[in-house]
Amino acid sequence: MRPFSYARPDSLDGALAELAGNQGAPDASAAPVRPVAGGTNLLDLMKADVMRPTRLVDITRLALRGITETGDGGLRLGALSTNAETAWDERVRARYPLLHKAILAGASAQLRNMATNGGNILQRTRCYYFYDTATPCNKRAPGSGCGALTGVNRIHAILGASEHCIATHPSDMAVALAALDATVRVAGPGGERAIPFADFHRLPGDTPHRETTLRPEEVVTAIDLPADNLARHSTYLKARDRASYAFALVSAAVALELEDGVVRGARLALGGVAHKPWRDRDAEALLVGKAPGRAAFAAVADAVLRDAKGHGHNTFKIGLARSVIVRAFEEAAGLEPS
Amino acid sequence: MTHPPQGPIPLTLAVNGRELALHVAPWTTLLDLLRLHLDLTGTKKGCDHGQCGACTVLVDGTRINACLALAVMQDGKSVTTIEGLSRGDELHPLQAAFIEHDAFQCGYCTPGQICSAVGMLAEGHAEGPDDIREQMSGNICRCGAYPNIVRAIGEVMGAGR
Ligand SMILES: Cc1cc2nc3c(=O)[nH]c(=O)nc-3n(C[C@H](O)[C@H](O)[C@H](O)COP(=O)(O)OP(=O)(O)OC[C@H]3O[C@@H](n4cnc5c(N)ncnc54)[C@H](O)[C@@H]3O)c2cc1C
Ligand code: SF4
Ligand code: FES
Ligand code: FES
Repeated sequence: MRPFSYARPDSLDGALAELAGNQGAPDASAAPVRPVAGGTNLLDLMKADVMRPTRLVDITRLALRGITETGDGGLRLGALSTNAETAWDERVRARYPLLHKAILAGASAQLRNMATNGGNILQRTRCYYFYDTATPCNKRAPGSGCGALTGVNRIHAILGASEHCIATHPSDMAVALAALDATVRVAGPGGERAIPFADFHRLPGDTPHRETTLRPEEVVTAIDLPADNLARHSTYLKARDRASYAFALVSAAVALELEDGVVRGARLALGGVAHKPWRDRDAEALLVGKAPGRAAFAAVADAVLRDAKGHGHNTFKIGLARSVIVRAFEEAAGLEPS
Repeated sequence: MTHPPQGPIPLTLAVNGRELALHVAPWTTLLDLLRLHLDLTGTKKGCDHGQCGACTVLVDGTRINACLALAVMQDGKSVTTIEGLSRGDELHPLQAAFIEHDAFQCGYCTPGQICSAVGMLAEGHAEGPDDIREQMSGNICRCGAYPNIVRAIGEVMGAGR
């Protein structure tokens, strides 16, 4: 790891003062002063020499830990609550079982004890070329090219990619948060703002080094979950190379609102397929008014994957995604997998 | 704006019950502090990237990967390593069970496995062998001693209920 200096503010204002000099950086991930929370992604990338901050701001003493009621039936997840605390919280388990399942499908127990909610959604891609500083990568070194496009791209994106970057977002938790229509709360020098989850992560376009809409001088303070009726018929299904402790090849967070045997509302978010958790509200709407069943679920899958594009090694993901979507909906609806 | 690197900064830490006042450079990991500065080499470095679990230790009773933890961020906390589990010559029940069940071959992953199992039992979310396999998946064993590791932990878990 390259040497850096270290600060340990005990208040949000203290942390924001440390980050003030970041203003104008192209993306939070590239700013010279970085908050460190669990450290499980940042330190890994610093050891790989991919991230080179000159100052780390230890935010773990800030009062951003805890899970509380929002007042209108939802839950507020503190940015510094660990992934483990969040997954095992009784209210999360009862009201958002999909989130419980998604978090526990990620990483290992040790890592989830360290990883925080804020850090999880800000974790960066596991693209091999992004990690290998000897190869070109538009995300790590803008303008240098994309090693994955014509290289080994088995884990890469099939939706929403560009000729500049075909990386995926690796988080499981974020896929659940996308399905649940969460909101990311952030604080900056000008005060607080709330970012709808769908707008938090960006698609690569021609600026894959710009990953989120978080400003470099801002801190994530919490993630809000709205009240909903989705707990009963929901699940998270993750397909991966080994049964545990592996990133998703394809994952799906699904939820159904069923009434008298008819779908009243449907949610589907995909992981492992794009630069951000993938939602397609038009495809979800196809289920409304239908009886839950394989044919209806397959039609949604076809619609979501209509524009899917493989790059060679990862082309199998298109068929895999179709199966994962159908199976996840079947599970959520309480139907036997067909 | 860039910042000049910083020299060693003060850190107080209880390691296996011993209160220590130290000075470490900010980029020192907890794993390197234990192994290189404190000569506690029971905790192993496998991958140094959170991928193997060989570096698992308990911080305030919670299992973490010491390779991805900065030492300075542990200020005021209490660290337990494999060296701190026994009481004198009396082995921790998990240590005894690992020997009893032949739950290792080369032994490189074993300190991490045992510390991880101590943490898992304290978490209290595991009920049977499938749970043990899932919740211990963060500890890789290159020798493939998994069946006996699961048996050893299962025995201690059963005895604790
Ligand atoms: C071997 C391994 C396997 C893994 N497997 C999985 C998996 O299967 N699924 C999965 O989802 N994840 C997986 N992970 C990733 C893990 O979940 C993330 O590393 C973790 O969630 C990051 O959280 P953290 O608190 O440690 O973040 P940090 O490393 O502390 O921070 C990550 C980034 O977020 C920034 N940041 C952190 N908190 C804030 C904040 N409050 N405000 C502003 N910026 C902030 C940091 O500056 C940094 O840029 C794996 C990790 C490893 C090492
Ligand atoms: S896919 Fe994206 S992250 Fe990977 S090499 Fe190409 S530009 Fe870099
Ligand atoms: S050395 Fe820490 S997980 Fe491998
Ligand atoms: S006993 Fe050799 S690695 Fe586990």
